[in-house]
Amino acid sequence: MEHIRTPRVENVRLVDRVSPKKAALGTLYSTATHVIFVENSPDARKETWILHSQISTIEKQATTATGCPLLIRCKNFQIIQLIIPQERDCHDVYISLIRLARPVKYEELYCFSFNPMLDKEEREQGWVLIDLSEEYTRMGLPNHYWQLSDVNRDYRVCDSYPTELYVPKSATAHIIVGSSKFRSRRRFPVLSYYYKDNHASICRSSQPLSGFSARCLEDEQMLQAIRKANPGSDFVYVVDTRPKLNAMANRAAGKGYENEDNYSNIKFQFIGIENIHVMRNSLQKMLEVCELKSPSMSDFLWGLENSGWLRHIKAIMDAGIFIAKAVSEEGASVLVHCSDGWDRTAQVCSVASLLLDPHYRTLKGFMVLIEKDWISFGHKFNHRYGNLDGDPKEISPVTDQFIECVWQLMEQFPCAFEFNERFLIHIQHHIYSCQFGNFLCNSQKERRELKIQERTYSLWAHLWKNRADYLNPLFRADHSQTQGTLHLPTTPCNFMYKFWSGMYNRFEKGMQPRQSVTDYLMAVKEETQQLEEELEALEERLEKIQKVQLNCTKVKSKQSEPSKHSGFSTSDNSIANTPQDYSGNMKSFPSRSPSQGDEDSALILTQDNLKSSDPDLSANSDQESGVEDLSCRSPSGGEHAPSEDSGKDRDSDEAVFLTA
Amino acid sequence: MEFAELIKTPRVDNVVLHRPFYPAVEGTLCLTGHHLILSSRQDNTEELWLLHSNIDAIDKRFVGSLGTIIIKCKDFRIIQLDIPGMEECLNIASSIEALSTLDSITLMYPFFYRPMFEVIEDGWHSFLPEQEFELYSSATSEWRLSYVNKEFAVCPSYPPIVTVPKSIDDEALRKVATFRHGGRFPVLSYYHKRNGMVIMRSGQPLTGTNGRRCKEDEKLINATLRAGKRGYIIDTRSLNVAQQTRAKGGGFEQEAHYPQWRRIHKSIERYHILQESLIKLVEACNDQTHNMDRWLSKLEASNWLTHIKEILTTACLAAQCIDREGASILIHGTEGTDSTLQVTSLAQIILEPRSRTIRGFEALIEREWLQAGHPFQQRCAQSAYCNTKQKWEAPVFLLFLDCVWQILRQFPCSFEFNENFLIMLFEHAYASQFGTFLGNNESERCKLKLQQKTMSLWSWVNQPSELSKFTNPLFEANNLVIWPSVAPQSLPLWEGIFLRWNRSSKYLDEAYEEMVNIIEYNKELQAKVNILRRQLAELETEDGMQESP
Repeated sequence: MEHIRTPRVENVRLVDRVSPKKAALGTLYSTATHVIFVENSPDARKETWILHSQISTIEKQATTATGCPLLIRCKNFQIIQLIIPQERDCHDVYISLIRLARPVKYEELYCFSFNPMLDKEEREQGWVLIDLSEEYTRMGLPNHYWQLSDVNRDYRVCDSYPTELYVPKSATAHIIVGSSKFRSRRRFPVLSYYYKDNHASICRSSQPLSGFSARCLEDEQMLQAIRKANPGSDFVYVVDTRPKLNAMANRAAGKGYENEDNYSNIKFQFIGIENIHVMRNSLQKMLEVCELKSPSMSDFLWGLENSGWLRHIKAIMDAGIFIAKAVSEEGASVLVHCSDGWDRTAQVCSVASLLLDPHYRTLKGFMVLIEKDWISFGHKFNHRYGNLDGDPKEISPVTDQFIECVWQLMEQFPCAFEFNERFLIHIQHHIYSCQFGNFLCNSQKERRELKIQERTYSLWAHLWKNRADYLNPLFRADHSQTQGTLHLPTTPCNFMYKFWSGMYNRFEKGMQPRQSVTDYLMAVKEETQQLEEELEALEERLEKIQKVQLNCTKVKSKQSEPSKHSGFSTSDNSIANTPQDYSGNMKSFPSRSPSQGDEDSALILTQDNLKSSDPDLSANSDQESGVEDLSCRSPSGGEHAPSEDSGKDRDSDEAVFLTA
Repeated sequence: MEFAELIKTPRVDNVVLHRPFYPAVEGTLCLTGHHLILSSRQDNTEELWLLHSNIDAIDKRFVGSLGTIIIKCKDFRIIQLDIPGMEECLNIASSIEALSTLDSITLMYPFFYRPMFEVIEDGWHSFLPEQEFELYSSATSEWRLSYVNKEFAVCPSYPPIVTVPKSIDDEALRKVATFRHGGRFPVLSYYHKRNGMVIMRSGQPLTGTNGRRCKEDEKLINATLRAGKRGYIIDTRSLNVAQQTRAKGGGFEQEAHYPQWRRIHKSIERYHILQESLIKLVEACNDQTHNMDRWLSKLEASNWLTHIKEILTTACLAAQCIDREGASILIHGTEGTDSTLQVTSLAQIILEPRSRTIRGFEALIEREWLQAGHPFQQRCAQSAYCNTKQKWEAPVFLLFLDCVWQILRQFPCSFEFNENFLIMLFEHAYASQFGTFLGNNESERCKLKLQQKTMSLWSWVNQPSELSKFTNPLFEANNLVIWPSVAPQSLPLWEGIFLRWNRSSKYLDEAYEEMVNIIEYNKELQAKVNILRRQLAELETEDGMQESP
């Protein structure tokens, strides 16, 4: 609170990203958790809420005659441009936001003040919704080959690993501890996924401290134990997900990769996925392309290629595909590592698991997968997503990439996933939002110390409660795509990987398809369910009447009118019915006669002077600024969705809002 | 002429066929006058039945005495035939070459095709100009049908019947025709019922370097303006290009002579630039190298999506003038037979809900492409694999279909037809058993007596059994104007056409099927529930009857 210099600034303008000449006038409020822009519109109070933890960068631009522009870029890819009349106010807002967007201690984060009005019991139940020990049981563990090890009790061996770890039965505590000493940050090989069908497994670790010649007997025994835990195969793949050059460079620092000569029965393989710095820059470049004002097709495609983003996505997918094939087709176990084994390793293990096991393609299974491969194995959420102020070089879109891989798969296997695109987008949002405790800190150990479960709420419970919003209507448990392994084409198809505008341009509603097939089909399915129930009721009554027909029992007709098909509200017609700026920066528009020399004739055809006169648009909330029209949410439930900060948890937010 | 002369070897055994996504098949290859047929020996079922006119290019290779013919089709498919025996292979190759490049239209398959289905509705009479005119004649009396071009004498590329302002007589039209490229005087393309604004189209005015003018032309187009209103002229060429055409006698409307009109120049590419773009795009799609970046840069270098964006943007602009500005427009490029038609027809897709229905879209193609004189015969003579650089070939119609697909993708519930409908139209424009897309204009079609001698595509498509394949299950009539996004992020590659033979569509087809099932099941239940409700109501009234007396 003490960081807020100006709680309220009047006459601020929110600039429309698509038509910069258009801006909404309103008031800017600063609260402990959000910046809120409230439009001065007489009828509807349009609000734009920006969570501090979503703020990626704030840029104060040169003051103009109209005021002082402030550009806020968010981690969920929203961009907000404000114009504040007074330079001094702008500076105050800027300084406060700089501080508020970079909290220095966990307690400042939103999840510690977020209160969804649940009682203690509900909160606790939320935290047990996703239970990893249950997941290992589902995999078929423990069994003859694998056992739960307590070697990491109290995080004695590795502080970034969880306490519950599965290791081969033949790996003694001595072997484990010995191996851990030979691995970066003591992240020794442990089980990530066990493939029941043929006993093959996916294991993960960090790089070995092999340098140029060092070896470690226990580590070699550890890999041998993993091999033995899979009687069907006489070798283990060791997949180093780094480019070979990077791995070799690590040798000079006493790290490196496994020497095939020292380990009996391993097959070593490099799969070049670039490091977090390359990925950070790549995303940055791609976002610059997304941000371009009316880019040409060439600008866009060239920029997209130049960013290398889709190449990186493909590299991650290729690694996942390689591992899934090794496990399912060759029946070989795979040990995956990169440097520390918490970024690329997490990406690759989870992509492979997703390809192999249909369970992870369900709503709950996907939460389990993230809980397992990312949260429990110590993916450094705090560092990667900059929740607390820290080293900007640690920030990298590692889970963003994984989430995109899932989307790419959904595009190719539309019936294979129980969840829809919205589910992925909302998870991405919450990884950055810090509204729930799940993604806090860098490890399980830290989270336990912080007593996250007692003090915050779980995202999984929240998503599960609103699961109707996240279902893929095309998913059917008995559909062939939901069975077994997903097989990707063997021929290299670069064109398979596409730009995900639903994520990176998701606040530019005008760019998205204006009618949602998913929402349409969900509405149909919902109606179908009602019809099924009605049909049953009708049949029952009919039977009854036929039985007692002579008794002249009067049956009242209570049924509602047949629901109409045309009622599915899938398209937000207000958006559909808004022309975009087609005249663009048209230089030749028009070769006009001087008689009508208005200041900018191109303007005639832009929305500005059309909007007010058009009744169709009156109900339209501001599509381009990111305040989503509430009516375009899916019909069922959905008390709040992260893309609409404006619509969320009115009660609790209101409280914060008032204290400001 | 006898086809037999061209068929040197009618039949070869032990030919192996390789196709995308199918296992190789061995069988007997037969050549007929119009088809290449391969049937596997086992059950004698046809494995392949390919129209010669669908063949765009062939390559042949020899390894020892085993010859291989690679056939590249106009629908972008590539198939391979392994033929034992060098002589047979050479014979087959030269026969195919001859048969796929027949000079005379009257030798084409539509003149030989005998339909196996009963014609319920003759497609040749499905979309008559008089009927189309009636659709808006109730809303306006400012327009009339003119028969001035009855003998194709005024404008060889126009149909015999056109719609023009009522106040302009045929004599004036004849004069205007001399002032417009190819005699294409301004005619009505679309009437926007909501506000009475119109789209007209024409050829370029023949102003030449000395700024020739034509009073009748000015009068004609001014006749379409309401008092005190202004209109827009959308020239599909850049100002530069338009200026250059003056040297060849062409030009554009001078402000001084058309003070009530404001001219907008856009630049939609034409002819070989489009053809080269298609060739590059298909080449990129067929390239199976490993590098992700190369794919994107090849896609970019093809410029295909740039053309899509430019065409769509122009169409949106035209629609915006009509619907938002309340201004009438005249659209033309040079000839008025290519980019002009892309723009006028796409603007109608945006503005007019009827054109998003199957019937309405067919009518649109009939009106804005076939009768409007898009030279299909020239433009679609060759496709992406042709190596002869003819000046007249260009995927103008395919670009239009791609743009429609883009809008369909953005408004998946607003079209009565699905993607397959568009793909089917693409195929038939390039190779067909039907006469619809033969000839370059109505005059040629008349001379060829297509109506008498060939079958209309619409006769086949509009049978209920065929229509079901092309119907969009998500369709819900949307009476609004639909404004597509033209941002590059919103305009992806049309995979259904360009990657059709490069990736399996199995999982996508399954998804489509699933979607159909969900909707069908819902309808089924709806019907059942309605029946039961009626039964119940009847029973209850019966009860009531029994009770009351």
